[in-house]
This record gives sequence, C-alpha cells and structure tokens, in this order.
Amino acid sequence: MKRSLPLMLLLLCLVAPFTSAQVRRERPVIDDPALEQRLQKLSQELRCLVCQNETLADSRADLAEDLRDEIREQMKAGKSDKEIIAFLTQRYGQFILYRPQVTPTTYLLWFGPFVLLLAGLAVLFRYIKQRRDLIPELPLTAEERRRAEEMLRARSRKETA
Amino acid sequence: MLRYLIPLGLFLVLVVFLAIGLGRDPHEVPSPLINKAAPTFRLPQLNDPSKTFSAEDMRGKVWVLNVWASWCVSCRDEHPLLIEYAKSGAVPIYGLNWKDKREDALGWLNELGDPYVLSAADLEGRVAIDYGVYGAPETYLIDQNGVIRYKHIGPVTPDVWKDKFLPMVQELNRAGAAR
Repeated sequence: MKRSLPLMLLLLCLVAPFTSAQVRRERPVIDDPALEQRLQKLSQELRCLVCQNETLADSRADLAEDLRDEIREQMKAGKSDKEIIAFLTQRYGQFILYRPQVTPTTYLLWFGPFVLLLAGLAVLFRYIKQRRDLIPELPLTAEERRRAEEMLRARSRKETA
Repeated sequence: MLRYLIPLGLFLVLVVFLAIGLGRDPHEVPSPLINKAAPTFRLPQLNDPSKTFSAEDMRGKVWVLNVWASWCVSCRDEHPLLIEYAKSGAVPIYGLNWKDKREDALGWLNELGDPYVLSAADLEGRVAIDYGVYGAPETYLIDQNGVIRYKHIGPVTPDVWKDKFLPMVQELNRAGAAR
C-alpha cells in the first residue's frame, strides 16, 4: 500500500488537468451550432485585450470568456455583426479590431506601407537612371571592331558547315 | 559626405521611433469613453446586497470609480495608496468589485481596510464590459454631469494621483461651484 502511494499521486497529477478543463468547458450553453459558428467567425476578428496577440476566439482569459458570452447573448437577441462590433468598439476602442477601420487616425497604418513602397520605387528608378547616365557608351575602337567581326565570321562559318 | 549622412540620419530617426516605442506600455489602451457619459448601471452593494448603487446616484458630484478584485495582484499594491487618498478627503472613491466572490471581497476589505465609500458588486462582470474594463485596477474620474473625464489603467501611483487626478478634481469642483 505504501509503495503505491507515489504512483497514485502521479496518476492524480496526470488526471487533474483534465478534470479542471472539463469544468471550464461546461460553462457556455451551446445549443445552436449555427450561432456558435457565427460567434467563432466574428471573434476571430476581435482581439483579446488581456493577451493582446490572441484573438477573442483563441483566448482562454476570463475576460475573453465574458466577452464571448456577451456576443453570444447579443446574437441570440438578433443583433447583427456590425451592431456587435459597434458595441465593442464603443467600449474598448478600435484596438479590439484586428482589422481597424479606415479613419484619418488609421490612414498611416493602412496606406503607410504603400507610400513607403512608392518612395522606394522612386529612389530605385532615380538610382538606375543616374547610373545609366554615368556609364558613357564608348564607340568601338578599330581593333575591337576587327575582333568582333572575326568572331562573327567564325561563328557563321561553323553554322553553315 | 552626404552619402554617409543620409543612412545615418535614417538610422537616427529609426532609433528615435524605437526609443519612443520602448517607453510605451502596450497594455495601456486608450479608452474611447473619455469625455463620454459614464455607462449607467444599478448594482447591489457589496456590504449590503439588499441596497443598490447606481452611477445616477452620483449626479452633481465629482467622484472616482475604482475597479478592483480580491484576485487582482496589482490591486493589493494599490490598496494602501487608495486608503491614503480616501483619508485626504479630496474626492469620494467608490469601488466596482469586478468578478469576485462576495465573501472573498469582504474578507479582503476586512483584512486590508476599506477606502471606498461603498463598493458595487459586479459579480458577473457585465458592468465592467460597459466601462471597457480589461484588467484591474482601473480608475475613472467622473464629473458632476456623469461624464468620464479621465481613466487610469493600473495602480494609481502617488504621481498619477497628484499630477492627474487632483488637478482635474479641483478644476471640476471649481467649474461646478461657478455654475
């Protein structure tokens, strides 16, 4: 009996995480698969504010669970996705959206990369043009012309042969 | 010479931006509720659930709403400071007990002291969602007309209290008295 105690403890440790996970999962009442799917889709667009690089769909933070419950209830009440997003941004700001709306404050965010791309292209073209102007096109010397013609002749002879 | 100055200049600009970025706390998300009406609520009081507390009850007063919970570690750091601020009598501090168990919350106040005029019990966290709370402690300054004037995320340090809250409270009280 005494020897089996550590084994029992080990088993208990292995089993314990599962039991607590089950308790947590019981919380939401999932009775409408279509609604759950809609919730899943919408919450993938939303940021969890506690663990900021996670979506609301992925997060297991308490607040994320509360917010999912809130969204679920609003969906049940017949609110549209747009209305729910408006509800959340009124309270948490644009930060909750993974895809922020296009407003003057987010112009830089949305268009900045393209502006940088255009600026880069402009610099590149100017550079290429400058370099081309720097390299003068020298006419061939008599010796170079003779060698070139010889090479061309040798080649055409080979082809006809 | 210019050849070398341009990349150096660009590098310095980058350094400045990165330095500013490092100095910022990404957890401080600006609230869209500043200068908007504080969301209304009616919640049971923590000490006496048969009584309720509403933001409407505070019309005509400048007050502070502090979101706290017994499970919140930073709240414990903030608590002695809140007691000090409350003692100074500068502005009434009300609590919003967020997603807590009543007995835990009451035990916490018993043990550490109670800086709040009273605490409203938001056991399910619904009111906190209306206030855009995402991590306790959060502290709101609300004016006579029920408008949120300021929000601080994280413990209210003595500096924040002295430099942000007190001047705004004084100004709001003066503006209220003049009317």
